[in-house]
Amino acid sequence: MVEALLFFAPASLIIIGALIVIFAKNPVHNAMGLVMTLVSLAIIYITLNATFVAMVQMLVYAGAVMTLFLFVIMMIGVDKKEQTTDSIKGQTFLVSGVFLILISLLAYVAISSDFKWDLWFPPVEFDAEGTPQLIAGALFTEWIFPFEIISLLLIVATAAAIALAYDTKKRNSNA
Amino acid sequence: MSTELIIALIKSNIVLAVLLTNTILLIWLERKLVAGMQSRVGPDRAGPFGILQTVADAIKLLLKEQIMPLKADRAMYLLAPIIALVPSFLIFMIIPLGPDLNIEIGGKDYIVDFVGADLNVGVLYFLALSSIAVYSVVLAGWSSGSKYPLLGGVRASAQMISYEAAMGLSLVPVILYSGSLSLVDIVSSQSGNLSTTIPILSSIVSFIPKWNIFPQFIAFGIFFIAAVAEVNRAPFDLVEAEQELVGGFHTEYSGFRFAMFFLAEYINMFNMCAITATFFLGGWLGPTFEGILPPIISAIMPIIWLGVKTFALLFIFVWIRATLPRLRYDQLMELGWKRLIPASLVWLILSAIVLGLREFGLPWS
Repeated sequence: MVEALLFFAPASLIIIGALIVIFAKNPVHNAMGLVMTLVSLAIIYITLNATFVAMVQMLVYAGAVMTLFLFVIMMIGVDKKEQTTDSIKGQTFLVSGVFLILISLLAYVAISSDFKWDLWFPPVEFDAEGTPQLIAGALFTEWIFPFEIISLLLIVATAAAIALAYDTKKRNSNA
Repeated sequence: MSTELIIALIKSNIVLAVLLTNTILLIWLERKLVAGMQSRVGPDRAGPFGILQTVADAIKLLLKEQIMPLKADRAMYLLAPIIALVPSFLIFMIIPLGPDLNIEIGGKDYIVDFVGADLNVGVLYFLALSSIAVYSVVLAGWSSGSKYPLLGGVRASAQMISYEAAMGLSLVPVILYSGSLSLVDIVSSQSGNLSTTIPILSSIVSFIPKWNIFPQFIAFGIFFIAAVAEVNRAPFDLVEAEQELVGGFHTEYSGFRFAMFFLAEYINMFNMCAITATFFLGGWLGPTFEGILPPIISAIMPIIWLGVKTFALLFIFVWIRATLPRLRYDQLMELGWKRLIPASLVWLILSAIVLGLREFGLPWS
C-alpha cells in the first residue's frame, strides 16, 4: 500500500510536470514544470535505493541547470506569452502524426512482450548500483580512463566558451 | 500503521516544534544582541526581558491583511513562500542530535536514534536542498511583477549559485578526512583526541578534541563565509539591500506569507550553524558527566552540547551582522569566484596530498 503510493504519487507528478512543460504558455511556468518532473524523478530513484543518483539529480539538474535556465529567462526577458502560430507550415499535424506512431509502437511492444504491472521495491539492506561507494569504486578503478577523458573534454568546452564570449575589444576600451 | 511510520511522524512533529520555538528564541536573541552592540536597549516590553516580543510580532503578522499585486503571477507568487519553508525543515532532519539511545518499555528494548534520517549521502542531500531553496527567492522576485523584487531575485540566484560552489568544495576535504558522506559517521569520526607522532607535542596535543576544525581550519573559514552568503545575511544581504531595493525579493509580500520567508531565513541560519557544528566542531560530542549528573540529564547532554556549539556560531553570525558593512555587488562576486573557490581548490589538493602521504607514505620510500 505504502509502496504503491510511493510509486504512483511521484509518477503522476512526473507526468503532470511534463504536461506543464509542454502546454504552459509562460516560459517560467515551463521551467518550473521541468523542475517538478526532475524532483519527482529523484523520489523514484530513492524508492529504488539509488540514493546517490537521486541526490545528483537534485543537485545538478534541479539545483544548478534549472536555476541557470530561470536566470537566463529572467535576464533576457522572454517571460512574455509565447506566440502560438505555427512557424513551420503544418507542424501540428506532423508532430501529432509522429506522436501517434510512437505511442502505437510502445503499445505494440507492451502487448507483444507480455508486459505485466509489477512494482518492485528493493529491501532495506539491498545494495543498489547507486550507493556512493559502489559508484566511486567503479568510476575510479574500472572506468578511470573514460572518466579522465570526459573531464578533459569538459575543461576544453569551458575554456572554449570563455574564449568565444570574451570580448577583447570591449575589455581593452574599458581598461 | 507500522512502527516506523509512527516513529517518523513523532520525529517530524518534534522537529517542527523545536524549530518553531527555536526561531522565536533566535529572533529575540538577535535583536537583544544587536541592540547591546549598538548601545540600545532592544525589545523590553512584552514579557520578561522582552522575550515575548517575537510572539507578539508573529501574531501581528498572522492577523494582517495579505496583499497581492495586480501584475503578480498568481501560482508562482503563492508557491514561493512554500518552497522557502520546506527545504529548511527538511535539512534539519539529517543533523544528528545525539548517540543512539536504548529505552526499555515493558521488557522490550527499543533503540531510538537521535537523527531524523541517517542518509548515506547526507552531505549531498544538504547541498541539494540548499540549492532548491534558491527557487523561492528567484520565484518570489519574478512573480511579484515589480522591478525591485525582480532585481533582488536576479541578484539572489547569482549569489547563491556562486557561493554554493565554494561551499561544496570546502566540504570535500572534510569528507576525505572522515571517509563518509553520512553525517552520523562524520560526527563519530571526530570522537577522541588529537594524536601526533612528534613526542614533545603529543602531551600538549592529546588534550585537544579531534574536531575537524583543527586540521581543517581553512575549510572551516571558507565554509563559514559561504554559509553566511548562502543564507543571505549581512554583510552579504544584497538580496534585500534596503537602500537600493526597498525590501528585495519579498517587497511585495505581506502578512503571513512574509512571515514564512522570515521564518525560513532564521531556520536556515540555525540549520547552517548546526551543520557547521556537525562538520567542524564535533557535533553532539562532549563530556556527558555520566555518574556525576543524574542519568536523565547525562542522556540529553549531547543535545545540550550541540545546542551550545550552534548558539556560539549563531552569536558569531549576529556579531558579523552588527559589525561589518555590506559588500558591493562586484566585490561579492569577486570574493566568491576569485578568492573562495581557488582557495578551497588549493586546500583540497593540500589535504589530499597529506592524507595520501599518511596512508601510503612517501612515493620514493
